[in-house]
Amino acid sequence: MSSSLPEAMTLPAREASRAAAPRRRWAAPLWQAMPLGLVLAGFFVLPLLATAVVSLWDYTEYSLVPAVTLRNYRDMFEGCFDVSGGLCTTFATYLSTFRLCLIVWAITLALGFTVAYFLAFHLRSNTTRNALFLLCTAPFLTSNVIRMISWIPLLGREGAVNRALLSLGIVDAPQDWLLFSEFSVVLAFVHLYTLFVVVPVFNSLMRIDRRLIEAARDLGASGTQILLHVILPLAKPGMVIGSIFVIVLVMGDFVTIGVMGGQQIASVGKIIQVQMSYLQFPAAAAQAMVLLALVLIMIAVMTKLVDIRREL
Amino acid sequence: MSEARPRSFWILAAIFALFVLFLYGPTLTIMVLSFQGPDGGLTFPMNGLSLTWYTRLWEGVGVVDIWAAFRRSVRLGLLVMVLTTIIALLAGYAFRRRFPGQGLLFQLTVASLIVPSIVVSLGIALEFRLLDDAIKAWGDAHGIAWIAESYTTAMGLFTSGLGAQLTWTLPFGLLIMFAVFNRFPGELEEAGRDLGASPWQVFRHVVLPLIGPSLVGVALFGFTLSWDEIARSSQAIGDVNTLPLELQGLTTTVTTPEIYALGTLTTGVSVLVIAFAFMLFVAVRRWQGQRALKAR
Repeated sequence: MSSSLPEAMTLPAREASRAAAPRRRWAAPLWQAMPLGLVLAGFFVLPLLATAVVSLWDYTEYSLVPAVTLRNYRDMFEGCFDVSGGLCTTFATYLSTFRLCLIVWAITLALGFTVAYFLAFHLRSNTTRNALFLLCTAPFLTSNVIRMISWIPLLGREGAVNRALLSLGIVDAPQDWLLFSEFSVVLAFVHLYTLFVVVPVFNSLMRIDRRLIEAARDLGASGTQILLHVILPLAKPGMVIGSIFVIVLVMGDFVTIGVMGGQQIASVGKIIQVQMSYLQFPAAAAQAMVLLALVLIMIAVMTKLVDIRREL
Repeated sequence: MSEARPRSFWILAAIFALFVLFLYGPTLTIMVLSFQGPDGGLTFPMNGLSLTWYTRLWEGVGVVDIWAAFRRSVRLGLLVMVLTTIIALLAGYAFRRRFPGQGLLFQLTVASLIVPSIVVSLGIALEFRLLDDAIKAWGDAHGIAWIAESYTTAMGLFTSGLGAQLTWTLPFGLLIMFAVFNRFPGELEEAGRDLGASPWQVFRHVVLPLIGPSLVGVALFGFTLSWDEIARSSQAIGDVNTLPLELQGLTTTVTTPEIYALGTLTTGVSVLVIAFAFMLFVAVRRWQGQRALKAR
């Protein structure tokens, strides 16, 4: 390896190369960051701008009409501010999506924290810890749809759970609410997304200085007190990051709700998908802008609590 | 002799074991059921043991050309893998120093990860629609014959589809690079520079060998995330589908264990790729260790 280094370089030559270096060094990060910048500009920033613009356009059955109108937003909230008429479709859909989001968030946070806590504080060997951590994270790299359909043989009318319940005499008839229902949707979300809480929380927990816990114990804190007053506050950044993931994934979902809800349950993401399939692009764009705004507000509130970059 | 475990350990260990069972149990179930006998159904009990459903799968699933989708997904996955690794490595390298627009680029990357996928997908579809309209209008205005006659859309697997998947894989790639470089021993590079190495030589002989194993991880994420991606591709892929998109469609139409066979096969590819990456990671580490010993 040393042979490839310029050993023969004389002192003046080295001085010269040092003088030339700053010029190159100034430009280097720019071109290195350029490909990432271009991809994000072309496939993230421009698309969002296109969505914002098209959401203000009119449309007919087969074409976009580039004339500024608020029609799409008006259509979306039609009847929503009429107090007597009950809940409009848009509000009802958002409300049910929020509800789903809240349930999934609560479960994944509790379960994810418990798993991460076990990994971080209850294992003595680093090898075991790493192996078990990988065991928890590997499913992230396999297909979501397959992990969803994996529930069919367990939860279906003829499925393993129904058979077990029947044979134990707990129920008289097969239970329908197990599959293609809100229950199966929540179950699938927890199955798929708990991981997104485990990883950042585990990361936060591993950074906690163990001497803090010892100090707390020496000062007479009980196990519960240590958990509540030492560990939980220090785990907050990881919990916030995990929460952001779960909330965003559930708020915009249409695949899990579609497959596990038997295409019967409404969600914001599904509305957008259906409007796209009917080629109602401006309506879908308006819907997307509202969803985006809501999600950004939720994230803004949460990031007030944590500096993401410090966590890496 | 180590001290006795507290009771909380056993409770948490039980919860953890159940969690792992919850994670893997269902997938293992469909793997077993994919070997159903010819008369077997979507649920237990097993009606004999056979490769029937794999044979049927091999012959094709109804009207859907599943193998064409399989090949498309492999090609796209490999391309996403290569691009993710290179672009994330370059960007990760850039972020170690200050450059104008740094904060903005970081925020965009994080935003790309956390903006709902359906919104990104829809946006890319709209962008390409507007682009198509513009190209057609431009062709008409300049009287270019082939645009009027044969141009349909710029949307496709390797244009809009590729871009859509990169908005998902690149943030993960960059975050991994951050984690790697944050723990990187900078004094080694300093030493290289002091010995007169050029920036390229420092990269090639100091940095690359140290981060090589992590790059395997980035590549693994690039391939597997692309291989299973649905939400971002869904609206932005054009008129052909990738394997997961076909699979999603099949969940509502196929009512035989054939879908389990397909699921097992798809998961098998992911598992193989993960195992391969893991072995490569270990091999690179070991090879570096031996080289280091020899160098002494």
